[in-house]
Amino acid sequence: MSTRPDPAPETAAAPAAPSAPGAAPAKPGSEWLHYAVRNPKLIIGFSLVVVLLAIGLLGPPLLDNGNPNEYVGPQASAPDGTYWMGTTTFGQDVYAQFVHGLRSTFLVGVVGGAIAAVIAMLVGFLAGYRGGVLDEVLSMLTNVVLVIPTLAVLLIINAYMGVRSVAVQGLFIGLTSWPWAARAIRAQTFSLRTREFVDLARLSGSGTWRIVFREIAPNMSSYLFMMFILLFGGAILIASSLDFIGLGPTEGVSLGLMLQSAQQWSALQLGMWWWFIPPGAGITAIVGALYIANVGLDEVFNPKLRES
Amino acid sequence: MRRYFARKLLVYALTFVVAVTVNWMIPRFMPGDPVAAMVARARVSQPEAAEAMRSYYNNLFGFDEPLWQQYLHFWGALLQGDFGISIWVFPTPVGDVLLDALPYTLGLMIPSVLLSWFVGNWIGALSARRKVLDNTVLPVGYLLTAMPYMWIAVILAWGLGGKAGWFPLSGGYSLDIQPGWTADFALDALSHWVLPFLSLFLVALGGWAIGMRNMIIYELESDYSSYLSALGAPQRLIRRYAFRNAVLPQVTGLALQLGVLVAGALVTEIVFAYPGLGSLILASIQNQDFFLLQGAFLFIVIGVLIANFLIDLVYVVVDPRTRTGMAGGTS
Repeated sequence: MSTRPDPAPETAAAPAAPSAPGAAPAKPGSEWLHYAVRNPKLIIGFSLVVVLLAIGLLGPPLLDNGNPNEYVGPQASAPDGTYWMGTTTFGQDVYAQFVHGLRSTFLVGVVGGAIAAVIAMLVGFLAGYRGGVLDEVLSMLTNVVLVIPTLAVLLIINAYMGVRSVAVQGLFIGLTSWPWAARAIRAQTFSLRTREFVDLARLSGSGTWRIVFREIAPNMSSYLFMMFILLFGGAILIASSLDFIGLGPTEGVSLGLMLQSAQQWSALQLGMWWWFIPPGAGITAIVGALYIANVGLDEVFNPKLRES
Repeated sequence: MRRYFARKLLVYALTFVVAVTVNWMIPRFMPGDPVAAMVARARVSQPEAAEAMRSYYNNLFGFDEPLWQQYLHFWGALLQGDFGISIWVFPTPVGDVLLDALPYTLGLMIPSVLLSWFVGNWIGALSARRKVLDNTVLPVGYLLTAMPYMWIAVILAWGLGGKAGWFPLSGGYSLDIQPGWTADFALDALSHWVLPFLSLFLVALGGWAIGMRNMIIYELESDYSSYLSALGAPQRLIRRYAFRNAVLPQVTGLALQLGVLVAGALVTEIVFAYPGLGSLILASIQNQDFFLLQGAFLFIVIGVLIANFLIDLVYVVVDPRTRTGMAGGTS
């Protein structure tokens, strides 16, 4: 729960959870697809993410040199034909930094989002399915981590670490941003665990994890997927804040680091808008597209929300 | 209700203990040697002098004692309000440095948190089921939530501060004015306050509007709404019930979001060089002033806990179930 899975607590914890089991039609897969390809929000959001991902993946190899921080020519020049996004005060190509930055932004989102999702699922399923004392302990732990401001913890951890990489940053973000998701999963599991099919599985002697992953998780797979998207976007935003404070990766470049150096070298006062607009727009585009795709997914999975 | 508060207080007490422990553990168990870093930073040429500094710092941090003793001392000092001495502004105690910055941070946080919550919920409630408004609120809301705090701050500073020249770009007050209880200072501080406030307000606004809109739509689809409308109840009444039910999760959401909003305030302060906790944290990181950094962390944690407690109090007022003691185990 952190910078800013903002709509997260609301949308995720909201009972707008995708349709519960029982209503499943004969061929759930095809119905899903039917609505997915007709949902403009999902299409637009998803396409934007794919385009940005493609730029991040294909952009760097297409550049002349591999180092985005290299001196390439004119200093502080506005965008033109040669330097699409202009150059920094140090004669670095902003476009080269941007495409490399997109890469690390996606990386930190995937690592942070995946780690947070795994922890949230372990804690949420276990607390929700087993209940009792275990639930009490895990819920207490979740609440404690929820109340501590994540960024403040990350600040002091990062300040003490000498060398920082994008992967380690993602790891720490993942370790601190799981609580709201764990709470949401716990609540969902709670409502599923008394269903007949779960009872049946329990009677047939299946173990906890087997029931959780065979019976419960598939019934909320769409919900889990949407949760991962929100964690992914949240991780990107936290990482950009850390980078901005000067606690980003010590090597390479990221969108947050670009914003930081623009701020540090007074791009604002010098009117070099091409230095600080692209990185922020990149982050906003990725996270915004993820959120919009998420709303689209919600409408696809949840018949109640479909526009009539 | 007693059980509700007992639970909440237990969580808060545990959170505080965990936060203090984390704060104590990090310099001791993280890779990297804070003392060596500080000695290196001082650039002392003679090895004897460096050695003297090293032992001085080890003694100051208490690194020369056994671990359990260090931990107890840390707690003891903390409970006496002793956060250590700042290295950045050397002889000043960390507590004093933080208290000077606190009014600026609170002056920024409290209005932006509360106003964005009220206005956001209002816009969200209006936009639910009103197509024209909904089609603008939703995209704008998502755009605002997706924006990093510092970026919207930079954009505002560039547009309203630089291009239009309406507001000063940085600082908490003009340098030629003496801080004090005068009208001149108040006006000056206010003009410096507008841009950071706006950037915090706008980013948070989107999230609340979208959350409220979704909740209201959900409530209007629910059984009791259909039942009411089948009974022929006026639409206004149904909407009022829907609003009342939708506002509860938003109150919980406010508690959940506090830590995040603090983070937003910190980076926004850095953009505007606003003299609050965020700027102090930046300075403490750049100057490797770990006492100041740890003190700021604890200040933030205490602030978030107090704010959460206040929200719990509000929750009791708005949710009748907590009052009658019917609230179940889930918090």
